[in-house]
Amino acid sequence: MNAGRKVACVVVLGMCAVSLASNWIAPFGYAKQFREAPSAPPSREHWLGTDDVGRDRFARILYGTRISLLLAPAAALVSTVLAALVGGLAGYLGGTWLRLARGFTDLFLSLPWLFLLITVRALMPLNVSPLVSVLITFLILGLLGWAASARVLSTSADALRNSDFVLQARASGLHGSRLFFVHVLPNLKPVLYAQFWISIPVFILAEANLGILGLGVAEPLPSWGSLLRELEGLISFREEPWRLVPLVLLIVVMTSFQTLLSNEEVTA
Amino acid sequence: MNMTGRRGFLQICLCFTVLSLALLSGSAFSQNGGELRFCLRSEPKTFDPLLVDDDASLSIRYLTGGVLVRVNRHTQELEPELAESWKVSNDGKIITFKLRHGISFSDGSPFSSEDVAFTMKRLMDPALHSSTGDAFRSGSGAVSTKIIAPDQIAIIFPAPIAGLDRLFDQVAIMSAHSPKKEGAVLGPFMVAEYKAGSSVLLQRNPNYWKKDSQGRRLPYLDSIRLDIQANRDVEMLRFKRGELDLINVLDSDYFDRLAASSPGLAHDAGASLDSDFIWFNQVATAPIPEYKRAWFRSTNFRRAVSQAINRDDLSRVVFNGHAQPAVGPVSPANKFWFNSKLKAEPYRPAAALQRLQADGFRLQNGALFDKAANAVEFSIATNAGSKARERMAVMVQEDLGKLGIKVNVVTLDFPSLIERISQKFNYEAAMLGFRNVDLDPNGQMNIWLSSAEDHAWNPQQKAPATAWEAEIDGLMRAQASSADSKKRKESFDRVQEIVFEQAPFIYLVNQNALSAISAAVEGANPGILSPQTFWNADRLTLNATTRASR
Repeated sequence: MNAGRKVACVVVLGMCAVSLASNWIAPFGYAKQFREAPSAPPSREHWLGTDDVGRDRFARILYGTRISLLLAPAAALVSTVLAALVGGLAGYLGGTWLRLARGFTDLFLSLPWLFLLITVRALMPLNVSPLVSVLITFLILGLLGWAASARVLSTSADALRNSDFVLQARASGLHGSRLFFVHVLPNLKPVLYAQFWISIPVFILAEANLGILGLGVAEPLPSWGSLLRELEGLISFREEPWRLVPLVLLIVVMTSFQTLLSNEEVTA
Repeated sequence: MNMTGRRGFLQICLCFTVLSLALLSGSAFSQNGGELRFCLRSEPKTFDPLLVDDDASLSIRYLTGGVLVRVNRHTQELEPELAESWKVSNDGKIITFKLRHGISFSDGSPFSSEDVAFTMKRLMDPALHSSTGDAFRSGSGAVSTKIIAPDQIAIIFPAPIAGLDRLFDQVAIMSAHSPKKEGAVLGPFMVAEYKAGSSVLLQRNPNYWKKDSQGRRLPYLDSIRLDIQANRDVEMLRFKRGELDLINVLDSDYFDRLAASSPGLAHDAGASLDSDFIWFNQVATAPIPEYKRAWFRSTNFRRAVSQAINRDDLSRVVFNGHAQPAVGPVSPANKFWFNSKLKAEPYRPAAALQRLQADGFRLQNGALFDKAANAVEFSIATNAGSKARERMAVMVQEDLGKLGIKVNVVTLDFPSLIERISQKFNYEAAMLGFRNVDLDPNGQMNIWLSSAEDHAWNPQQKAPATAWEAEIDGLMRAQASSADSKKRKESFDRVQEIVFEQAPFIYLVNQNALSAISAAVEGANPGILSPQTFWNADRLTLNATTRASR
């Protein structure tokens, strides 16, 4: 592991640790409204000031980081499992199955994902708690985000299907699910890992996009998307630089995730 | 007088003359000519004044269209324009206009009662689908016109229309004979150039009929450039750079920032007609649990929710003090129709809890339960993208949380929200607002009649579901069919009282009318009625010196 990856690893783990300890570090909580001090600048009480309705910005950033950093990997796991099932199996089976899967994947990729997300979200039940709503949001992201990974996995599985060791295993009488789980799937692991890691920042950004449109995590729960909305209407960075903290964090995390992936994994 | 003295006298005279000329030219410099610039926030959908339905087209119609009578945006009084005088018959079915003489359209074609007849005929043509025309549809039968003389016309309606004369504020008269059609106008400006997606250029109408008190022909401005710009950040940046002269409607955030940097440019005209409110779904067929429908139909429940909301905090925190706690369907800014006996519901959580307890609700371990031990929890849906509404929803969520009511705030894209609240009725509570509604209560018929589509909490009822809705129906119909403004006011005052008592809409705030006007614009007098800043555009002037120094 090179120095850059080590630093990135420390940054991501450090942020995860701090956000998990937010209950102790940020005593005010993310929802408490200090209505006498809305949009307040940083102070000893509120280290990063307060938001438009007087909620402690530091607490909201910590809780928002926790949500984004925990749930984006969960959504990435869902999408990678789906991709492995669709892409991996189609590549392994080959022939008509592979053509069908690729056609379906291409169709799915051609859909405007943001429009799809908004449509699916609009169909969800309204009366759900903020926690359930955030889980639904990331689950939708995971369920809709498998197609690109599936395409990569189908190509890799197709290559494995025709490899010498699989032919030898077949010749030895190994067929069906046993061949897939014992020989094909273990050899897809590097691709699966890469797809999983690549998906995490994609889902963090996707939630941020939804949040910026006001369609992300339900209030009062914070997320990076909803925190970034505070930048709306900010004409001069010099006036209130502390409002840029969520943006800086997002950039740091995105860069760290990209650095964590080695060139080989990205190529895979 | 010797030669030296004579020369001195001449020098003084010369200085005086030069000074006078300079002052005169300076005066002329600030009173004539120039191009006013501001933004439209969307593309105008039409230039046909009878088909106008969107804000951008409304602005253009206001600046270019000549009307028979005009509601003064400052005094809210009706004033003569193309009509010198008018008379509404006692039965409210006929209005007779006496027109001004010697007026021409921008293309030179003369204005007469034929043009009024032509405009009314076209306006009431069902094939045109004019929303302006819909306001004049009072009953079955056609609207007819009778040209009494070239300067006199009577318009006859099949049934009485309350507030008939004020409706003509929206009717821009078109020429019956000009080949230019909507290009021939009677207003102060005319459309000279339209670049789709970029700008609309309006130039002074050389035949505009109005003159100022000194006999000078209006308007003072040469032209108005309307840039099409949806992004409010960009609009504010351009205003600050001096590229724009006006911002007609400003958000409170932008207002405060502008007021901090340039206090003289930010204008708060006080409470506007705009209101934001919450309502509960009371539709019998709505896919919500029966016990929730029972809560929503309970007057005590609705009033308790209303009393538990801190409107002062909403005004102060969400709108930075540029809003007033709302009383009801009529803003206090509506001078004639507001029922001044009513006051905004004060924040009284203890009284709210008492009301709930009277209905069998009980507070237990910080959570509220109904008689059947169902935890009180509901969602409030609002449109995504409106920061003010989202903030209000979050504050209402916290206020109601103090009563043990769990509120889930849901933001939806606008089409999805509208589909849920008006077609599928698949929602529990919603938060929306009315924007700059008509001063006359007739503009609210579509909301208050129980049979109306926009009767949001329970629309299109075959018969009124409750006694109070039946009473509102009767009162609204009574005021709509009366020409007696005193009786109409009494009826509508009672409607406001019922709405306050029953709280089908829980009114939250009336936002203030905020605008920005450059120091170079002289004669501006921002008001609460649309268009807030340029309602007297024909009398606005630009001070070129001030503008150059920006």
